[in-house]
Amino acid sequence: MIHLTASQMASKLIAGETTSVELTQAHLHRIAEVDSNVHAFLFVDSKGALEQAAAVDAKRSAGEKLAPLAGVPLALKDVMVQKGIPTTAGSKILEGWRPPYDSTVVTNLKNNGIVILGKTNMDEFAMGSSTENSAFGPTHNPWDLTRIPGGSGGGSSAALAAFEAPLAIGTDTGGSIRQPAAVTGTVGVKPTYGGVSRFGLIAFSSSLDQAGPCARTVLDAALLHEAIAGHDPKDSTSINAPVPQVVAAAKTGDVKGMKIGVVKELNGEGYQSGVRLRFEESLELLADAGAEIVEVSAPNFEYALAAYYLIAPSECSSNLARFDAMRYGLRVGDVDGASAESVMNLTREVGFGREVKRRIILGTYALSSGYYDAYYGSAQKVRTLITQDFNKAFEKCDVMVSPTCPTTAFKIGEKSNDPIAMYLNDIATIPVNMAGIGGMSLPAGLAPEDGLPVGFQIMAPAMQDQRMYLVGAVLEAALLTRWGAPLLSQAPELVGK
Amino acid sequence: MSSLSRDDVANLARLARIEMSEEELINLSNEFTVILDAVARVQEVAGAEVEPTSHPLPLRNVFRPDVVVASLTTEAALSGAPAQEDSRFRVPQILGEEA
Repeated sequence: MIHLTASQMASKLIAGETTSVELTQAHLHRIAEVDSNVHAFLFVDSKGALEQAAAVDAKRSAGEKLAPLAGVPLALKDVMVQKGIPTTAGSKILEGWRPPYDSTVVTNLKNNGIVILGKTNMDEFAMGSSTENSAFGPTHNPWDLTRIPGGSGGGSSAALAAFEAPLAIGTDTGGSIRQPAAVTGTVGVKPTYGGVSRFGLIAFSSSLDQAGPCARTVLDAALLHEAIAGHDPKDSTSINAPVPQVVAAAKTGDVKGMKIGVVKELNGEGYQSGVRLRFEESLELLADAGAEIVEVSAPNFEYALAAYYLIAPSECSSNLARFDAMRYGLRVGDVDGASAESVMNLTREVGFGREVKRRIILGTYALSSGYYDAYYGSAQKVRTLITQDFNKAFEKCDVMVSPTCPTTAFKIGEKSNDPIAMYLNDIATIPVNMAGIGGMSLPAGLAPEDGLPVGFQIMAPAMQDQRMYLVGAVLEAALLTRWGAPLLSQAPELVGK
Repeated sequence: MSSLSRDDVANLARLARIEMSEEELINLSNEFTVILDAVARVQEVAGAEVEPTSHPLPLRNVFRPDVVVASLTTEAALSGAPAQEDSRFRVPQILGEEA
């Protein structure tokens, strides 16, 4: 039962062939069996999940009209607050904290009857591309337990690939939904900025952060997208417009006449041969389905990474100032006569990990007087140039495409001492965040040289998220025909401890 | 070629309220030579004529109607406090630090 898609599970629930309690128990059993090896979860809320499931079952028995995904379980990234449930964002500074309120995403999940199994592992405060920066130890890629599951949302993507959950929530600041999806053979979508509320999402870089759906199929991601998206008065950057019709788009199945723009700069040198091979194959399948493949150029994308590593640290140095040891979280050094300042200094030394400190210091520097114009100011200008590149390219095409990442999953520990090599993972995903548009990654196959999953990225203009789902679903169907079974059926069988 | 000395990093750490060991200061100072070289590339294309973008959306102030709505109770707000006293957050000494 755990190998079904979320929409198949929902159909079985509606048909009365299973119950949400049964489905939830099956996933809790799977987690108990394999998570000691995968480490996708930081907290499993067995009791709460079964209570939510029983409540959905009772409503269904009473004949109440329920939302499409009611009763289906989900894994929640630990950066999203959930009332009464430990929420750490992967950091020691929040260890043991139980939020007194629900994020809007959690409220929406609960209103849709979606059962929250627990909280998934992540790079501390979503800073990283491998989940190795979690203060609670790394998550392992179900395709090869010695490799990274991507990051920052490696827990969510690994939970999907390990069949510990059919749905998950991620957040994407520079690729933290899409890159983990790519390296685990799953689907991840970063909606248009402002499409999903940030209320209760622990902020890293407020002008870039966006929550979105993670799943094993494009349709499942679309169903979850519609469940969590929409205007929220509690988030002043939430877009007050109808949610794009992504479920209908995922069911359309027709790309005839659509123009698909291949980004010239996001291919070639630096991209692994198997990544390029699977990308080219996917383009052929889309052309066979009647889409027109065109080349587009985005000359300023090569500066996106540099701009990102100024803008995100700058915003984080401000956002993370709230962890001051006064109102919640860790407090260290509060001895008689100690000053507030020394308690802050000591708490932040112990509570933050190496990457978080590195970015706070970098951001503090980039925003400091005398350097502001050269660093933060210049990065903001690059942001304008990247947005202009997108605008020009979208005059020539309906969606833009590229490989999601330059390589497949690397070994745990391989890049942890080289920040620049680690940052290069996000070279193809960052431009989307800079412009605030939508991006999706879906599996394109396995790289022949290492047998590991490759991601295909689709980018769409702001509030045209349905285009990614349309193209993604058509490509997914064509690939499924070619493979004969979902890609994840080729993943090795996980065994318990 | 940009770089940050050990003392520069120490000053930034003080501004960011993070205590750092001597080893951390030296490691960060070394790493920043590489990182700053990489990020300084933004200066190559950022001409004076380019408008900066601080945010992907054209932002306006958003206000809600000025009416009382439900909010956290005192108990809930204090539920995560490291220390509390008389329904308030108890914090370390703030005044007289420089004495």
